[in-house]
Amino acid sequence: MSDAGVIHDIGYQRYQGPRLGRRAVFSSLYQHGLRAAFGFGRSAKSKIFPWGVAAIALLVAVINAAVRSQTGTWLFDYYSFADSMSWLVIFFVAIVAPELVSRDLRSGVLPLYFSRPLRAFDYVSAKVAALVTAAWLLLGVPQFIMFLGGAFTTKTGMKGVWHELGLLLPGWAYSLLWALVFASISLLIASLTGKRAFAAGGIVAVFLMTTPVVGVLSVLPSDTSRHLAGLASPMSLIAGVEAWLRGRGDLGIDVGDFGVIYGIEAFCLIFACLLLLLARYRKVAAL
Amino acid sequence: MTIIATKALTKTYGGGVTALADLTVEVDAGVIGLVGANGAGKSTFIKIMLGLLAPSAGDVRVFGIDPVTETDKVRARVGYMPENDALPPDVSASEFVTHMGRLSGLPKTAARERASEALRHVGLYEERYRQIGGYSTGMKQRVKLAQALVHDPDLLLLDEPTNGLDPAGRDAMLTLIHRIGNEFGISVVVCSHLLGEVERICDSLIAIEGGRLLRADRIDRMTAASDVLAVEVSEGTDELAAALRAAGFAVTPEGRLLLVPLDSDSAYDRILQAVAELDLPLHRLDQRRHRVAELFTTKETADV
Repeated sequence: MSDAGVIHDIGYQRYQGPRLGRRAVFSSLYQHGLRAAFGFGRSAKSKIFPWGVAAIALLVAVINAAVRSQTGTWLFDYYSFADSMSWLVIFFVAIVAPELVSRDLRSGVLPLYFSRPLRAFDYVSAKVAALVTAAWLLLGVPQFIMFLGGAFTTKTGMKGVWHELGLLLPGWAYSLLWALVFASISLLIASLTGKRAFAAGGIVAVFLMTTPVVGVLSVLPSDTSRHLAGLASPMSLIAGVEAWLRGRGDLGIDVGDFGVIYGIEAFCLIFACLLLLLARYRKVAAL
Repeated sequence: MTIIATKALTKTYGGGVTALADLTVEVDAGVIGLVGANGAGKSTFIKIMLGLLAPSAGDVRVFGIDPVTETDKVRARVGYMPENDALPPDVSASEFVTHMGRLSGLPKTAARERASEALRHVGLYEERYRQIGGYSTGMKQRVKLAQALVHDPDLLLLDEPTNGLDPAGRDAMLTLIHRIGNEFGISVVVCSHLLGEVERICDSLIAIEGGRLLRADRIDRMTAASDVLAVEVSEGTDELAAALRAAGFAVTPEGRLLLVPLDSDSAYDRILQAVAELDLPLHRLDQRRHRVAELFTTKETADV
Protein backbone atom coordinates (compact mmCIF):
# COMPACT_ATOMS: atom_id res chain seq x y z
CA MET A 1 0.00 0.00 0.00
CA SER A 2 2.73 2.45 -0.86
CA ASP A 3 1.58 5.62 -2.52
CA ALA A 4 3.76 7.61 -4.80
CA GLY A 5 4.85 10.85 -3.20
CA VAL A 6 4.89 9.52 0.31
CA ILE A 7 8.17 9.90 2.08
CA HIS A 8 8.94 6.58 3.68
CA ASP A 9 10.32 6.49 7.14
CA ILE A 10 13.35 4.28 6.78
CA GLY A 11 13.14 3.52 10.46
CA TYR A 12 15.75 3.37 13.12
CA GLN A 13 19.14 1.95 12.22
CA ARG A 14 21.30 0.41 14.88
CA TYR A 15 24.94 1.53 14.92
CA GLN A 16 27.32 -1.32 14.11
CA GLY A 17 30.52 0.66 13.64
CA PRO A 18 33.48 0.99 15.98
CA ARG A 19 33.28 2.64 19.37
CA LEU A 20 36.49 4.35 20.37
CA GLY A 21 37.94 4.47 23.84
CA ARG A 22 38.79 7.17 26.29
CA ARG A 23 41.83 8.32 24.34
CA ALA A 24 39.75 9.21 21.32
CA VAL A 25 37.22 10.93 23.56
CA PHE A 26 40.04 12.90 25.16
CA SER A 27 41.45 13.98 21.82
CA SER A 28 38.07 15.08 20.51
CA LEU A 29 37.48 17.12 23.64
CA TYR A 30 40.97 18.60 23.27
CA GLN A 31 40.37 19.54 19.64
CA HIS A 32 37.01 20.97 20.54
CA GLY A 33 38.63 23.12 23.24
CA LEU A 34 41.45 24.29 21.00
CA ARG A 35 38.99 25.25 18.27
CA ALA A 36 36.80 27.05 20.78
CA ALA A 37 39.85 28.99 22.07
CA PHE A 38 40.22 30.62 18.68
CA GLY A 39 36.47 30.91 18.08
CA PHE A 40 36.17 28.20 15.43
CA GLY A 41 32.71 26.72 15.31
CA ARG A 42 31.43 29.77 17.17
CA SER A 43 29.94 33.02 16.01
CA ALA A 44 32.03 35.68 14.25
CA LYS A 45 31.83 37.77 17.41
CA SER A 46 33.76 35.25 19.44
CA LYS A 47 36.58 35.23 16.87
CA ILE A 48 37.30 38.95 17.24
CA PHE A 49 39.16 38.86 20.52
CA PRO A 50 41.48 35.85 20.14
CA TRP A 51 42.40 36.81 16.62
CA GLY A 52 42.91 40.44 17.59
CA VAL A 53 45.37 39.36 20.28
CA ALA A 54 47.07 36.97 17.87
CA ALA A 55 47.33 39.74 15.28
CA ILE A 56 49.07 42.07 17.74
CA ALA A 57 51.56 39.38 18.74
CA LEU A 58 52.25 38.57 15.10
CA LEU A 59 52.67 42.22 14.20
CA VAL A 60 55.18 42.76 17.00
CA ALA A 61 57.10 39.70 15.85
CA VAL A 62 57.15 40.86 12.23
CA ILE A 63 58.34 44.35 13.20
CA ASN A 64 60.96 42.80 15.44
CA ALA A 65 62.20 40.54 12.66
CA ALA A 66 62.22 43.43 10.18
CA VAL A 67 64.14 45.77 12.49
CA ARG A 68 66.64 43.06 13.25
CA SER A 69 67.26 42.21 9.61
CA GLN A 70 67.77 45.88 8.77
CA THR A 71 69.81 47.08 11.71
CA GLY A 72 71.10 43.86 13.20
CA THR A 73 69.89 44.74 16.71
CA TRP A 74 67.12 42.97 18.63
CA LEU A 75 64.12 44.85 19.86
CA PHE A 76 63.28 41.68 21.80
CA ASP A 77 65.07 38.37 21.96
CA TYR A 78 62.98 35.20 22.22
CA TYR A 79 62.73 35.43 26.00
CA SER A 80 61.92 39.08 26.29
CA PHE A 81 59.36 38.69 23.55
CA ALA A 82 57.45 36.27 25.78
CA ASP A 83 57.96 38.58 28.75
CA SER A 84 56.70 41.65 27.00
CA MET A 85 53.74 39.85 25.53
CA SER A 86 52.72 38.51 28.95
CA TRP A 87 49.90 41.01 29.47
CA LEU A 88 48.52 40.08 26.11
CA VAL A 89 48.60 36.42 27.14
CA ILE A 90 46.85 37.28 30.40
CA PHE A 91 44.00 38.96 28.58
CA PHE A 92 43.89 36.06 26.18
CA VAL A 93 43.56 33.41 28.92
CA ALA A 94 41.15 35.65 30.84
CA ILE A 95 38.76 35.45 27.90
CA VAL A 96 39.49 31.94 26.71
CA ALA A 97 39.61 30.04 30.03
CA PRO A 98 36.01 31.01 30.92
CA GLU A 99 35.04 30.15 27.36
CA LEU A 100 36.44 26.66 27.94
CA VAL A 101 35.11 25.85 31.41
CA SER A 102 32.67 28.46 32.77
CA ARG A 103 30.52 28.03 29.70
CA ASP A 104 30.11 24.32 30.41
CA LEU A 105 29.22 25.02 34.04
CA ARG A 106 26.72 27.67 33.06
CA SER A 107 24.86 25.67 30.44
CA GLY A 108 24.70 22.60 32.69
CA VAL A 109 26.19 20.42 30.00
CA LEU A 110 28.52 18.62 32.43
CA PRO A 111 26.02 15.94 33.49
CA LEU A 112 25.84 14.99 29.81
CA TYR A 113 29.62 14.79 29.59
CA PHE A 114 30.07 12.79 32.75
CA SER A 115 27.35 10.28 31.93
CA ARG A 116 29.61 9.16 29.10
CA PRO A 117 32.84 7.18 29.31
CA LEU A 118 34.68 10.35 30.29
CA ARG A 119 36.24 11.02 33.66
CA ALA A 120 36.92 14.22 35.53
CA PHE A 121 40.61 13.59 34.85
CA ASP A 122 40.04 13.38 31.08
CA TYR A 123 37.94 16.51 31.08
CA VAL A 124 40.41 18.55 33.12
CA SER A 125 43.47 17.38 31.22
CA ALA A 126 41.81 17.99 27.85
CA LYS A 127 40.86 21.53 28.85
CA VAL A 128 44.29 22.29 30.32
CA ALA A 129 46.02 20.86 27.27
CA ALA A 130 43.80 22.92 24.97
CA LEU A 131 44.46 26.18 26.79
CA VAL A 132 48.19 25.52 27.17
CA THR A 133 48.39 24.80 23.45
CA ALA A 134 46.41 27.91 22.58
CA ALA A 135 48.50 30.18 24.81
CA TRP A 136 51.71 28.57 23.59
CA LEU A 137 50.70 29.05 19.95
CA LEU A 138 50.02 32.68 20.73
CA LEU A 139 53.70 33.10 21.70
CA GLY A 140 55.31 30.28 19.77
CA VAL A 141 54.10 31.20 16.29
CA PRO A 142 55.39 34.80 16.49
CA GLN A 143 58.65 33.44 17.89
CA PHE A 144 58.84 31.16 14.89
CA ILE A 145 58.35 34.16 12.61
CA MET A 146 61.19 35.88 14.42
CA PHE A 147 63.24 32.74 13.81
CA LEU A 148 62.40 32.74 10.12
CA GLY A 149 63.39 36.38 9.91
CA GLY A 150 66.67 35.63 11.65
CA ALA A 151 67.38 32.45 9.69
CA PHE A 152 66.81 33.97 6.28
CA THR A 153 68.92 37.03 6.91
CA THR A 154 71.79 35.27 8.63
CA LYS A 155 75.19 36.01 7.13
CA THR A 156 76.92 32.88 8.30
CA GLY A 157 74.96 30.33 6.23
CA MET A 158 73.80 27.08 7.75
CA LYS A 159 75.77 27.67 10.92
CA GLY A 160 73.80 30.82 11.49
CA VAL A 161 70.53 28.91 11.07
CA TRP A 162 71.59 26.33 13.66
CA HIS A 163 72.64 29.09 16.00
CA GLU A 164 69.26 30.76 15.54
CA LEU A 165 67.49 27.46 16.18
CA GLY A 166 69.51 27.08 19.36
CA LEU A 167 68.02 30.37 20.48
CA LEU A 168 64.49 29.54 19.36
CA LEU A 169 64.09 26.21 21.15
CA PRO A 170 64.72 27.52 24.69
CA GLY A 171 62.51 30.45 23.76
CA TRP A 172 59.76 28.00 22.90
CA ALA A 173 60.31 26.14 26.16
CA TYR A 174 60.07 29.44 28.01
CA SER A 175 56.79 30.23 26.26
CA LEU A 176 55.54 26.81 27.30
CA LEU A 177 56.31 27.68 30.91
CA TRP A 178 54.29 30.89 30.56
CA ALA A 179 51.45 28.99 28.96
CA LEU A 180 51.43 26.33 31.69
CA VAL A 181 51.35 28.82 34.54
CA PHE A 182 48.70 31.00 32.97
CA ALA A 183 46.52 28.13 31.83
CA SER A 184 46.49 26.32 35.15
CA ILE A 185 45.78 29.43 37.23
CA SER A 186 43.13 30.83 34.91
CA LEU A 187 41.32 27.51 34.47
CA LEU A 188 41.20 27.03 38.22
CA ILE A 189 39.63 30.46 38.70
CA ALA A 190 37.25 30.03 35.78
CA SER A 191 36.09 26.65 37.06
CA LEU A 192 34.72 28.30 40.21
CA THR A 193 32.01 30.30 38.49
CA GLY A 194 29.59 29.85 35.64
CA LYS A 195 29.56 33.53 34.85
CA ARG A 196 32.09 34.29 32.17
CA ALA A 197 32.45 37.97 33.03
CA PHE A 198 33.17 37.19 36.70
CA ALA A 199 35.69 34.56 35.73
CA ALA A 200 37.48 36.90 33.34
CA GLY A 201 37.54 39.66 35.94
CA GLY A 202 38.82 37.26 38.58
CA ILE A 203 41.64 36.04 36.39
CA VAL A 204 42.84 39.52 35.48
CA ALA A 205 42.50 40.56 39.12
CA VAL A 206 44.73 37.74 40.37
CA PHE A 207 47.51 38.73 38.01
CA LEU A 208 46.95 42.45 38.50
CA MET A 209 46.71 42.47 42.29
CA THR A 210 49.82 40.43 42.90
CA THR A 211 52.09 42.74 40.90
CA PRO A 212 52.08 45.63 43.45
CA VAL A 213 52.93 43.14 46.21
CA VAL A 214 56.14 42.36 44.37
CA GLY A 215 56.84 46.08 44.09
CA VAL A 216 56.39 46.63 47.83
CA LEU A 217 58.47 43.61 48.84
CA SER A 218 61.30 44.51 46.53
CA VAL A 219 61.83 47.96 48.06
CA LEU A 220 62.08 46.60 51.60
CA PRO A 221 65.58 47.22 52.98
CA SER A 222 66.56 43.58 53.06
CA ASP A 223 68.45 41.67 50.38
CA THR A 224 66.59 38.47 51.14
CA SER A 225 63.18 40.02 50.79
CA ARG A 226 64.32 41.71 47.59
CA HIS A 227 65.49 38.40 46.20
CA LEU A 228 62.31 36.61 47.22
CA ALA A 229 59.89 39.39 46.23
CA GLY A 230 59.26 37.90 42.81
CA LEU A 231 57.63 34.84 44.34
CA ALA A 232 54.53 36.86 45.15
CA SER A 233 53.30 37.24 41.61
CA PRO A 234 53.05 34.61 38.86
CA MET A 235 54.61 36.96 36.34
CA SER A 236 57.71 37.86 38.33
CA LEU A 237 57.88 34.21 39.36
CA ILE A 238 58.40 33.16 35.76
CA ALA A 239 60.87 35.98 35.17
CA GLY A 240 62.65 34.67 38.26
CA VAL A 241 62.76 31.16 36.87
CA GLU A 242 64.27 32.55 33.69
CA ALA A 243 66.87 34.48 35.66
CA TRP A 244 67.70 31.34 37.61
CA LEU A 245 67.97 29.03 34.62
CA ARG A 246 69.98 31.48 32.55
CA GLY A 247 72.07 32.56 35.53
CA ARG A 248 71.45 36.22 34.81
CA GLY A 249 70.86 38.97 37.34
CA ASP A 250 70.23 41.74 34.85
CA LEU A 251 66.75 40.78 33.68
CA GLY A 252 64.76 43.24 35.76
CA ILE A 253 64.57 40.80 38.65
CA ASP A 254 67.38 39.83 40.96
CA VAL A 255 66.86 36.41 42.50
CA GLY A 256 70.24 36.25 44.20
CA ASP A 257 70.93 32.71 45.38
CA PHE A 258 67.27 31.86 45.66
CA GLY A 259 66.75 30.92 42.03
CA VAL A 260 66.01 27.31 42.84
CA ILE A 261 63.13 28.41 45.06
CA TYR A 262 61.59 30.12 42.07
CA GLY A 263 61.84 26.88 40.14
CA ILE A 264 60.28 24.87 42.94
CA GLU A 265 57.47 27.36 43.42
CA ALA A 266 56.67 27.47 39.73
CA PHE A 267 56.45 23.70 39.64
CA CYS A 268 54.37 23.52 42.82
CA LEU A 269 52.07 26.29 41.66
CA ILE A 270 51.24 24.54 38.41
CA PHE A 271 50.89 21.21 40.13
CA ALA A 272 48.67 22.57 42.92
CA CYS A 273 46.40 24.39 40.49
CA LEU A 274 45.94 21.25 38.43
CA LEU A 275 45.22 19.16 41.52
CA LEU A 276 42.67 21.66 42.79
CA LEU A 277 41.08 21.76 39.37
CA LEU A 278 40.84 17.99 39.36
CA ALA A 279 39.38 17.96 42.86
CA ARG A 280 36.83 20.51 41.78
CA TYR A 281 35.71 18.40 38.83
CA ARG A 282 35.70 15.19 40.85
CA LYS A 283 32.97 16.89 42.84
CA VAL A 284 31.15 18.25 39.82
CA ALA A 285 31.25 14.91 38.06
CA ALA A 286 29.48 13.21 40.92
CA LEU A 287 26.44 15.44 40.69
CA MET B 1 15.63 -10.45 29.60
CA THR B 2 16.49 -8.66 32.82
CA ILE B 3 18.20 -5.35 32.13
CA ILE B 4 18.32 -3.81 35.58
CA ALA B 5 18.65 -5.74 38.80
CA THR B 6 19.22 -4.32 42.24
CA LYS B 7 19.65 -6.08 45.53
CA ALA B 8 19.03 -4.19 48.79
CA LEU B 9 20.26 -1.01 47.12
CA THR B 10 20.74 1.77 49.65
CA LYS B 11 22.05 5.28 49.23
CA THR B 12 22.57 7.59 52.15
CA TYR B 13 23.93 11.05 51.51
CA GLY B 14 26.23 12.78 53.94
CA GLY B 15 24.16 14.29 56.72
CA GLY B 16 22.02 11.19 57.10
CA VAL B 17 19.58 11.81 54.26
CA THR B 18 18.39 8.48 52.94
CA ALA B 19 17.63 8.66 49.24
CA LEU B 20 17.20 4.96 48.60
CA ALA B 21 16.49 2.32 51.19
CA ASP B 22 16.76 -1.39 50.62
CA LEU B 23 15.57 -1.31 47.04
CA THR B 24 15.36 -4.74 45.48
CA VAL B 25 13.95 -4.89 42.01
CA GLU B 26 14.37 -6.74 38.71
CA VAL B 27 13.28 -5.12 35.49
CA ASP B 28 12.71 -6.67 32.08
CA ALA B 29 13.43 -4.96 28.78
CA GLY B 30 10.77 -2.59 27.46
CA VAL B 31 9.48 0.79 28.46
CA ILE B 32 9.72 1.10 32.21
CA GLY B 33 8.06 3.81 34.23
CA LEU B 34 9.85 4.93 37.37
CA VAL B 35 7.29 6.85 39.37
CA GLY B 36 7.38 8.57 42.70
CA ALA B 37 6.86 11.97 44.20
CA ASN B 38 9.55 14.62 44.02
CA GLY B 39 12.39 13.55 46.26
CA ALA B 40 11.37 9.89 46.21
CA GLY B 41 14.80 8.87 45.01
CA LYS B 42 14.23 8.54 41.27
CA SER B 43 17.15 10.71 40.20
CA THR B 44 19.43 9.07 42.74
CA PHE B 45 18.52 5.67 41.32
CA ILE B 46 19.34 6.84 37.80
CA LYS B 47 22.65 8.34 38.88
CA ILE B 48 23.62 5.10 40.57
CA MET B 49 22.82 3.19 37.40
CA LEU B 50 25.09 5.57 35.48
CA GLY B 51 27.92 5.14 37.94
CA LEU B 52 27.76 8.82 38.87
CA LEU B 53 27.04 7.93 42.47
CA ALA B 54 28.26 4.92 44.37
CA PRO B 55 25.63 3.12 46.43
CA SER B 56 26.15 3.11 50.19
CA ALA B 57 25.13 -0.53 50.38
CA GLY B 58 23.64 -3.19 48.20
CA ASP B 59 24.21 -4.22 44.65
CA VAL B 60 23.19 -2.95 41.25
CA ARG B 61 23.57 -4.52 37.81
CA VAL B 62 22.74 -2.98 34.46
CA PHE B 63 22.83 -5.55 31.64
CA GLY B 64 24.55 -7.76 34.17
CA ILE B 65 27.41 -5.25 34.53
CA ASP B 66 28.24 -3.46 37.73
CA PRO B 67 28.20 0.31 37.07
CA VAL B 68 30.38 0.93 40.12
CA THR B 69 33.36 -1.07 38.92
CA GLU B 70 32.82 -1.19 35.15
CA THR B 71 31.43 2.28 34.65
CA ASP B 72 32.59 2.72 31.07
CA LYS B 73 31.02 -0.51 29.86
CA VAL B 74 27.66 0.47 31.29
CA ARG B 75 27.84 4.06 30.05
CA ALA B 76 28.67 2.96 26.52
CA ARG B 77 25.31 1.15 26.41
CA VAL B 78 23.23 3.75 28.20
CA GLY B 79 21.93 7.14 27.10
CA TYR B 80 21.01 9.71 29.73
CA MET B 81 18.66 12.66 29.48
CA PRO B 82 18.84 14.81 32.60
CA GLU B 83 15.99 16.73 34.11
CA ASN B 84 17.63 20.16 34.12
CA ASP B 85 18.63 22.46 31.35
CA ALA B 86 21.75 20.99 29.84
CA LEU B 87 22.30 22.69 26.52
CA PRO B 88 24.69 25.44 25.48
CA PRO B 89 22.71 28.22 23.79
CA ASP B 90 25.29 29.37 21.25
CA VAL B 91 25.78 26.28 19.09
CA SER B 92 23.50 24.55 16.62
CA ALA B 93 21.71 21.36 17.59
CA SER B 94 23.52 19.49 14.85
CA GLU B 95 26.92 20.58 16.08
CA PHE B 96 26.09 19.90 19.70
CA VAL B 97 24.73 16.40 19.14
CA THR B 98 27.71 15.59 16.91
CA HIS B 99 30.04 16.71 19.69
CA MET B 100 28.21 14.54 22.21
CA GLY B 101 28.44 11.62 19.79
CA ARG B 102 32.19 12.02 19.57
CA LEU B 103 32.41 12.17 23.36
CA SER B 104 30.58 8.85 23.40
CA GLY B 105 33.39 7.38 21.32
CA LEU B 106 31.97 7.57 17.82
CA PRO B 107 34.43 8.38 15.02
CA LYS B 108 34.03 11.79 13.42
CA THR B 109 31.97 10.94 10.35
CA ALA B 110 29.86 8.38 12.20
CA ALA B 111 29.12 10.97 14.87
CA ARG B 112 27.93 13.43 12.25
CA GLU B 113 25.71 10.85 10.55
CA ARG B 114 24.27 9.54 13.78
CA ALA B 115 23.63 13.10 15.00
CA SER B 116 21.46 13.97 12.03
CA GLU B 117 19.76 10.56 12.29
CA ALA B 118 18.99 11.13 15.97
CA LEU B 119 17.72 14.65 15.31
CA ARG B 120 15.55 13.33 12.49
CA HIS B 121 14.03 10.71 14.78
CA VAL B 122 13.13 13.28 17.41
CA GLY B 123 11.61 15.50 14.73
CA LEU B 124 14.17 18.30 14.55
CA TYR B 125 15.60 17.66 11.11
CA GLU B 126 14.66 20.96 9.54
CA GLU B 127 15.77 23.13 12.42
CA ARG B 128 19.01 21.37 13.21
CA TYR B 129 21.33 24.13 11.99
CA ARG B 130 19.73 26.79 14.13
CA GLN B 131 21.27 27.84 17.43
CA ILE B 132 19.82 26.04 20.42
CA GLY B 133 19.28 29.32 22.28
CA GLY B 134 16.45 30.13 19.90
CA TYR B 135 14.60 26.85 20.48
CA SER B 136 11.34 26.41 22.36
CA THR B 137 11.24 24.28 25.51
CA GLY B 138 9.79 21.38 23.55
CA MET B 139 12.55 21.54 20.99
CA LYS B 140 15.20 21.69 23.70
CA GLN B 141 13.77 18.56 25.29
CA ARG B 142 14.05 16.88 21.91
CA VAL B 143 17.68 17.90 21.56
CA LYS B 144 18.34 16.40 24.98
CA LEU B 145 16.67 13.20 23.83
CA ALA B 146 18.67 13.22 20.59
CA GLN B 147 21.99 13.51 22.41
CA ALA B 148 21.00 10.52 24.55
CA LEU B 149 20.22 8.53 21.40
CA VAL B 150 23.21 9.54 19.33
CA HIS B 151 25.51 6.67 20.30
CA ASP B 152 22.78 4.05 19.80
CA PRO B 153 22.42 2.91 23.42
CA ASP B 154 20.56 -0.22 24.51
CA LEU B 155 18.95 1.62 27.38
CA LEU B 156 17.74 5.19 27.72
CA LEU B 157 17.39 6.82 31.13
CA LEU B 158 15.02 9.75 30.83
CA ASP B 159 14.64 11.99 33.86
CA GLU B 160 11.29 13.82 33.68
CA PRO B 161 11.23 14.07 29.87
CA THR B 162 7.90 15.89 29.80
CA ASN B 163 8.95 18.58 32.26
CA GLY B 164 7.81 22.03 31.22
CA LEU B 165 5.93 20.88 28.13
CA ASP B 166 2.41 21.90 27.19
CA PRO B 167 -0.21 19.13 26.76
CA ALA B 168 0.44 18.80 23.04
CA GLY B 169 4.20 18.69 23.61
CA ARG B 170 3.70 16.13 26.35
CA ASP B 171 1.71 13.86 24.05
CA ALA B 172 4.28 14.19 21.30
CA MET B 173 7.12 13.38 23.69
CA LEU B 174 5.29 10.36 25.13
CA THR B 175 4.48 9.06 21.65
CA LEU B 176 8.12 9.44 20.72
CA ILE B 177 9.27 7.54 23.81
CA HIS B 178 6.74 4.81 23.07
CA ARG B 179 8.15 4.54 19.53
CA ILE B 180 11.72 4.36 20.77
CA GLY B 181 10.78 1.54 23.12
CA ASN B 182 8.73 -0.43 20.64
CA GLU B 183 10.14 0.26 17.19
CA PHE B 184 13.77 1.10 17.87
CA GLY B 185 14.33 -1.84 20.16
CA ILE B 186 15.80 0.33 22.91
CA SER B 187 14.67 -0.12 26.47
CA VAL B 188 13.62 3.09 28.17
CA VAL B 189 13.35 4.04 31.81
CA VAL B 190 11.03 7.04 32.10
CA CYS B 191 11.13 8.94 35.35
CA SER B 192 8.05 10.87 36.23
CA HIS B 193 5.98 12.08 39.11
CA LEU B 194 2.89 11.86 36.93
CA LEU B 195 1.58 8.33 36.98
CA GLY B 196 -1.16 8.87 34.42
CA GLU B 197 1.44 9.93 31.94
CA VAL B 198 3.73 6.95 32.16
CA GLU B 199 1.06 4.29 32.47
CA ARG B 200 -0.01 5.11 28.92
CA ILE B 201 3.32 4.17 27.41
CA CYS B 202 4.99 1.79 29.82
CA ASP B 203 5.16 -1.99 29.84
CA SER B 204 6.12 -2.12 33.47
CA LEU B 205 6.20 0.17 36.40
CA ILE B 206 8.44 0.74 39.40
CA ALA B 207 6.88 2.89 42.07
CA ILE B 208 9.08 4.23 44.84
CA GLU B 209 8.28 6.42 47.76
CA GLY B 210 10.72 7.89 50.22
CA GLY B 211 13.44 5.70 48.71
CA ARG B 212 11.48 2.49 49.30
CA LEU B 213 9.94 0.26 46.69
CA LEU B 214 6.17 0.49 46.68
CA ARG B 215 5.57 -1.88 43.86
CA ALA B 216 7.24 -3.16 40.71
CA ASP B 217 5.41 -5.20 38.15
CA ARG B 218 4.17 -5.34 34.60
CA ILE B 219 1.31 -2.94 33.94
CA ASP B 220 -1.02 -5.65 32.61
CA ARG B 221 -0.45 -7.71 35.72
CA MET B 222 -1.16 -4.73 37.92
CA THR B 223 -4.47 -4.04 36.27
CA ALA B 224 -5.52 -7.64 35.53
CA ALA B 225 -6.72 -8.70 38.95
CA SER B 226 -8.00 -5.32 39.84
CA ASP B 227 -11.29 -5.05 38.01
CA VAL B 228 -14.21 -3.98 40.15
CA LEU B 229 -17.92 -4.16 39.67
CA ALA B 230 -19.86 -1.06 40.51
CA VAL B 231 -23.35 -1.96 41.73
CA GLU B 232 -26.10 0.58 42.26
CA VAL B 233 -29.48 -0.33 43.65
CA SER B 234 -32.36 2.12 44.07
CA GLU B 235 -32.89 1.11 47.68
CA GLY B 236 -31.43 -1.28 50.24
CA THR B 237 -27.82 -0.40 49.59
CA ASP B 238 -26.83 -1.21 53.16
CA GLU B 239 -28.60 -4.57 53.12
CA LEU B 240 -26.85 -5.50 49.93
CA ALA B 241 -23.51 -4.44 51.34
CA ALA B 242 -24.10 -6.60 54.39
CA ALA B 243 -25.15 -9.54 52.24
CA LEU B 244 -22.10 -9.21 50.01
CA ARG B 245 -19.78 -8.93 52.97
CA ALA B 246 -21.35 -12.06 54.38
CA ALA B 247 -20.59 -13.72 51.06
CA GLY B 248 -16.94 -12.82 51.51
CA PHE B 249 -16.56 -9.74 49.28
CA ALA B 250 -14.57 -6.70 50.32
CA VAL B 251 -17.19 -4.10 49.59
CA THR B 252 -16.35 -0.40 49.46
CA PRO B 253 -19.27 2.03 49.42
CA GLU B 254 -18.68 5.00 47.17
CA GLY B 255 -21.58 7.41 47.31
CA ARG B 256 -24.62 5.47 46.18
CA LEU B 257 -22.44 2.86 44.57
CA LEU B 258 -20.99 -0.29 45.99
CA LEU B 259 -17.58 -1.21 44.61
CA VAL B 260 -17.01 -4.95 44.68
CA PRO B 261 -13.70 -6.42 43.51
CA LEU B 262 -14.03 -9.17 40.94
CA ASP B 263 -11.52 -11.54 42.40
CA SER B 264 -12.68 -14.71 40.66
CA ASP B 265 -14.63 -15.81 37.61
CA SER B 266 -17.69 -16.73 39.64
CA ALA B 267 -17.74 -13.43 41.50
CA TYR B 268 -19.94 -11.74 38.92
CA ASP B 269 -22.65 -14.41 39.18
CA ARG B 270 -22.52 -14.48 42.95
CA ILE B 271 -23.00 -10.72 43.18
CA LEU B 272 -25.97 -10.87 40.85
CA GLN B 273 -27.38 -13.72 42.87
CA ALA B 274 -27.09 -11.69 46.07
CA VAL B 275 -29.02 -8.85 44.47
CA ALA B 276 -31.69 -11.24 43.22
CA GLU B 277 -32.07 -12.98 46.59
CA LEU B 278 -32.69 -9.67 48.36
CA ASP B 279 -35.07 -8.75 45.55
CA LEU B 280 -33.61 -5.26 45.22
CA PRO B 281 -34.31 -2.96 42.24
CA LEU B 282 -31.04 -3.01 40.37
CA HIS B 283 -30.22 0.34 38.89
CA ARG B 284 -26.76 -0.02 37.46
CA LEU B 285 -24.12 -2.65 37.12
CA ASP B 286 -20.83 -1.86 35.40
CA GLN B 287 -17.42 -3.32 35.30
CA ARG B 288 -14.60 -0.89 35.88
CA ARG B 289 -10.97 -1.28 35.07
CA HIS B 290 -8.77 0.10 37.76
CA ARG B 291 -6.36 2.75 36.67
CA VAL B 292 -2.89 2.20 38.00
CA ALA B 293 -3.13 5.42 39.95
CA GLU B 294 -5.93 3.99 42.07
CA LEU B 295 -3.77 1.02 42.95
CA PHE B 296 -1.30 3.28 44.56
CA THR B 297 -3.79 5.50 46.32
CA THR B 298 -5.41 2.51 48.01
CA LYS B 299 -1.99 1.10 48.80
CA GLU B 300 -0.81 4.38 50.23
CA THR B 301 -3.86 4.90 52.37
CA ALA B 302 -3.43 1.35 53.59
CA ASP B 303 0.11 2.24 54.62
CA VAL B 304 -1.00 5.17 56.74
